[in-house]
Amino acid sequence: MLAFLVKRVGNAILVMLTVAFFAFLIFRFLGDPVELMVNESATQVERDELRARLGLNDSFLAQYVRFVGHAAQGEFGLSWRNQQSVATLIAERFPATFELVIIATLLSLLIGIPLGVFTAIGRGRWWAESLQLSSIVGVSLPSFFVGIILILVFSVSLGWLPGYGRGEVVKLGWWSTGLLTASGRAALVLPALSLSLFQITLVMRLVRAEMLETLRADFIKFARARGVKHRALWFRHALKNCLMPVITLTAMQVGNLIAFALVTETVFQWPGMGMLFMQAVTFVDIPVMAAYLCIVSFIFVTLNTLVDIAYAVIDPRLRAA
Amino acid sequence: MTVATHPSMSDVPALDVRGLSVEFPTRKGVLTALSEVSLTIQRGEIVGVVGESGAGKSMTGMSVLGLLEPPGRISAGEIRIGGKRTDNLGESEMAHIRGRMVGAIFQDPLTSLNPLFSIGQQLIETIRLHSDRNRAEAKAHAIDLLKQVGIPGADERIDHYPHQFSGGMRQRVVIALALAGNPQLIIADEPTTALDVSIQAQITALLRELCREHGTGVMLVTHDMGVIAETADRVAVMYAGRVIEVGPVDEVLSRPKHPYTRGLMGSIPALGARVERLAQIDGAMPRLNAIPSGCAFNPRCLDAGPRCRQVRPAMVAEGKGAAEGGVACLVYDGGVQ
Ligand SMILES: Nc1ncnc2c1ncn2[C@@H]1O[C@H](COP(=O)(O)OP(=O)(O)OP(=O)(O)O)[C@@H](O)[C@H]1O
Ligand code: SF4
Ligand SMILES: [Mg+2]
Repeated sequence: MLAFLVKRVGNAILVMLTVAFFAFLIFRFLGDPVELMVNESATQVERDELRARLGLNDSFLAQYVRFVGHAAQGEFGLSWRNQQSVATLIAERFPATFELVIIATLLSLLIGIPLGVFTAIGRGRWWAESLQLSSIVGVSLPSFFVGIILILVFSVSLGWLPGYGRGEVVKLGWWSTGLLTASGRAALVLPALSLSLFQITLVMRLVRAEMLETLRADFIKFARARGVKHRALWFRHALKNCLMPVITLTAMQVGNLIAFALVTETVFQWPGMGMLFMQAVTFVDIPVMAAYLCIVSFIFVTLNTLVDIAYAVIDPRLRAA
Repeated sequence: MTVATHPSMSDVPALDVRGLSVEFPTRKGVLTALSEVSLTIQRGEIVGVVGESGAGKSMTGMSVLGLLEPPGRISAGEIRIGGKRTDNLGESEMAHIRGRMVGAIFQDPLTSLNPLFSIGQQLIETIRLHSDRNRAEAKAHAIDLLKQVGIPGADERIDHYPHQFSGGMRQRVVIALALAGNPQLIIADEPTTALDVSIQAQITALLRELCREHGTGVMLVTHDMGVIAETADRVAVMYAGRVIEVGPVDEVLSRPKHPYTRGLMGSIPALGARVERLAQIDGAMPRLNAIPSGCAFNPRCLDAGPRCRQVRPAMVAEGKGAAEGGVACLVYDGGVQ
């Protein structure tokens, strides 16, 4: 198991170094940082001085190593757009998006898995079939539309929950969290629901299909022949065999959620990374884009590593690999 | 552990099936998969069930286990396990019977075991379902069961997962699981078919030994006449959803009465060979939706006469009764003319 862990984490680091290499190429060779940073009237001497100060005369390898070193500490230089530190810009925005995506993912699992199990074991009953049918609606509704409907119903008409902003946030070091205040949690409900609705139906349909398949397996028949009761059969024997695809799907969907969050953040005026990235693209703000690339890849790689480890925890057959 | 006293350890048979019929309602009408099947198995007795593919052997076993796939349903007859009527029980009552009064061994040991749980977890789960042992006692009993089925190093092996065992070892684990609730009856549906030929004999011998020891009745479904000859006390021959001949194994093997059984025995090539199709008998078993009137075997029977197309032969009892021994053929019941 230890060798397995070392191997997986080693792989993850290799992938991150590769991503950082591409981010570095973009960062270093797309446009001249000196040209973009200095004043129109700067002299050649001033420019050369800045170039030296930025370390742009060092060897390629030295610059890459420095870039990786800085990136590992969350340091991505100054934004070309407004000369603010990229790290600060991202630190301001990242927690909002992260909390939104994590809560949406949790919602999709906590609601999607039980719904999937129940629609599978209730197959043929009216309630299971109508849930299954309504899930098609969930899959096909665009998320901005869901967001607007949620705002109209729960915020505008009923006035139960806020329809925009993040509510009150609490600072924990550089991290700003909305999870510790009532208004912060209330503000999170509608955007998280709107972001996760698609995901919930996806998880539910996947779990249902996997459960139906697994319930036909011989080991389920044999477990019944041993006297195992329905509840243990469903939640112990069958569900565990359905978890792998759910985990894979979830890890892959987190990427999609970050992308979809762009729309949700716009609809709910959520102060996340979505807006930051849009601006960076419009202004060709390379340091911000490089940082965004590194952070999103880091999330992906971390998740994939966790998925690999979860696989091995769940399935003994994979532990040797 | 109980000592072998066979075959009449108690007067109540381990299994008593009377006039069992199973139907499948389909869009094109109702298919009768089993028709008036009767069979008894005493405690400690091994009854072989043979017949061509589709004859209804597995269906009979699944009915006894209460595991018929819907829409299949028992439409007539009675099933008693250890004297207790079980065919009319609901799912939760039947779950209480399974594992405790009747165990099962299926064909493929790899797919019978849940790959994500160690064999210890599966054994302990089963033991604790059927007794009030605590975790530690259940584990000790699990190790004991593994030793009984001949798994070397049971103390360590108990924490291993199914994929870490060979096919033969896995089927031993399955046998241990079937015995874990100490049932008086085991349905063994082709327990060696999926195994390597070289270990089939070991597994059948183990099954026979353990069941003799525990006084467990066994319904042994197999295509292998050699296994029947070596293992079974009695044999039931099935054809098109009916039992057409039952009797002590040496009698049926050496002096088969039913023309179908005679064909079946005539086509045994050598010990250990499988009987999929009958060399001696032309044609194939009819589909469920095209079972001929009268005797289901009449289109293929060399002894058939006009009466065979009109009258359905009933079981003519011999000895203790139709479920113990008998034959369903008009030759022995008023003639074929
Ligand atoms: N779900 C079902 N619907 C309709 N007919 C079925 C169904 N399941 C099984 N049958 C039929 O019931 C009959 C008995 O099948 P069974 O599985 O008991 O045969 P078997 O004797 O065990 O054969 P084998 O040697 O191939 O295992 C077969 O004709 C089969 O086609
Ligand atoms: S009843 Fe007639 S057809 Fe059927 S087995 Fe006997 S002789 Fe053959
Ligand atoms: Mg079968």
